[in-house]
Amino acid sequence: MGPIIGVLFDGFAYGMLLFLLSVGLSVTLGMMNFVNLAHCAFAMLGGYVTVTLVHRFGWPFLATLPMAFIAAAMVSVLLERTLYRKLYRASDLDQVLLTIGLAFMSIASAAYIFGTVLQPAVTPNWLRGSVVYFGINFAVYRLFLVAVGLAVTVVLVLMLEYTRFGQQVRAAVDNQRMARGLGINVDGTFAVAFALGSGLAGLGGALAIEIVGLDPSFALIYLVYVLIVVSVGGLGSIWGSFVAAVLIGISDMAGKYYVPGIGAFMIYLVMIVLLMWRPQGLFGKR
Amino acid sequence: MSAPSLTPHSYLQRQVRWHPLEYLFWLATILPFFVFPNYLSLASQIAITALFALSLDLILGYAGIVSLGHAAFFGVGAYTAGIISKHGYGDPLFGLLVAALITGVFGLATSFIVARFKHLALIMITLGLGILVHELANSAHWLTGGADGLQGIRIGKLLGIYEFDLWGRTAYIYSLVVLFLVFLMVRRLTNSPFGLALRGIRENSVRMPAIGAPSAAHIRKVYTMSAAIAGIAGALLAQTTSTVSLGVIDFQRSADVLVMLVLGGAGMLYGGLIGAIIFMVARDQFSGINPQYWYFWIGLLLVAVVMLLPNGILGGLSHLYRMLTGRRST
Repeated sequence: MGPIIGVLFDGFAYGMLLFLLSVGLSVTLGMMNFVNLAHCAFAMLGGYVTVTLVHRFGWPFLATLPMAFIAAAMVSVLLERTLYRKLYRASDLDQVLLTIGLAFMSIASAAYIFGTVLQPAVTPNWLRGSVVYFGINFAVYRLFLVAVGLAVTVVLVLMLEYTRFGQQVRAAVDNQRMARGLGINVDGTFAVAFALGSGLAGLGGALAIEIVGLDPSFALIYLVYVLIVVSVGGLGSIWGSFVAAVLIGISDMAGKYYVPGIGAFMIYLVMIVLLMWRPQGLFGKR
Repeated sequence: MSAPSLTPHSYLQRQVRWHPLEYLFWLATILPFFVFPNYLSLASQIAITALFALSLDLILGYAGIVSLGHAAFFGVGAYTAGIISKHGYGDPLFGLLVAALITGVFGLATSFIVARFKHLALIMITLGLGILVHELANSAHWLTGGADGLQGIRIGKLLGIYEFDLWGRTAYIYSLVVLFLVFLMVRRLTNSPFGLALRGIRENSVRMPAIGAPSAAHIRKVYTMSAAIAGIAGALLAQTTSTVSLGVIDFQRSADVLVMLVLGGAGMLYGGLIGAIIFMVARDQFSGINPQYWYFWIGLLLVAVVMLLPNGILGGLSHLYRMLTGRRST
């Protein structure tokens, strides 16, 4: 019984991480249908901001997390205003090419500035080690991750359900043209949503260092995971991303733990089967 | 590019005629024998990569299917040719045939999945299938040699006469002839009513069935053909270099071929060929640069092409050509 709960918990914590990394992409994809393959480059930026602040400037870990969020959000909104917005009505292919080009550039820049080595962990002592409940080991950091993930989920849901901004976002996801017709400034709303989503990715990148490490290939490797979560969860749906992230996190962990032989491609199988069953994703409307 | 009286029939007939520049292009492919005799191995690699780019052009440029996992077919072709040669069937042409057959069947099987999707889901499905095949090749150590690469490839003489030499002379002639023959086939195909229907599907896949062109069935056909051509390209690489490693099947190869095609110009027959030449020559020239940094320039190039040259280098050139000759496209 113990190992099963342990695997479920680890998978859930991993899922929370995937959720932080992917929820922003899901919302922006749902609003503008813009395929942003540079999303994880923003996450990587957040990770490097945290590493630099902790090791170079001696900031406490918790204080660097908001900075990771802000840095990723600012860079993303800069790119959105200069490059992305010109391609909202372009084909999928053009969007894929532009953003994968940016991802390539970010990887090369990270390799140039920080080298290709895995960055050292930045976790403070009080987040290390593990606690035992009911005879089962829980890593403190993973508990912290789950708490942050759940807190972000609650804030996002409240914001989307009960604020004016959230209503505008939901209207734009449901029907962009109708929302424009009603006088909603979709472009402006989108820019804010885009910055928020990229900021969350930056936060996810900073939190991911302890779990999966950080090196320049992060922007591509986790992009695949994030895209899986988004396409399985359905575009523009926070609950969809949440459920899909947990599902993918747990199946990845369980796959690697119980069937190591095929564990590496367990999640791809899960994704293909789920997409065959529901091409628009679990919670997608289109 | 159409006067109002132009019928589809006369449009296709006009497209079938060879342009003088096309003769020039194919004559120029013989140049490496005289001008760069030391670079024939590279030339044969370029021909193979061009063939691979051509296969992607068929589905991406003509049918509008964005694939991020096309290396799966290239890799299956390469492994097929390598594995059968290991078991004593080393005849190159036989290897090509078997590789084309097996990748064709594999392409047909996956086409039923691919034809159902669009937009992001399609990109994800092709990416997922590509990674799945890569992981399979990695873990099936008994069959593929896994990360160590395939051992014991023995390729026979071409037509029983010509041995694959160290300088790549046979390899280049062989790759070039195969490329040319497949190119003729693809050229015929894209200038047929079927090719026209594919372009229609690219523009609007919902309306095409209304005028009698079943989108899903057409996509399945062209996807299968494209897979077989990619398999032939993979088999060529395996035979001319006598090595097959996991590199033939990884994501990098899928991404590279996409970059080449877009750089050259997707949806134009020569786009993939030009793109492959530029990409491969540039990579050879800059091979001293750390690959990590090389991708910075690739990325910058991609951004520049998307923002400034929406139809790739060839699209820009043909626009220039039309402006110079005074013919305007509409």
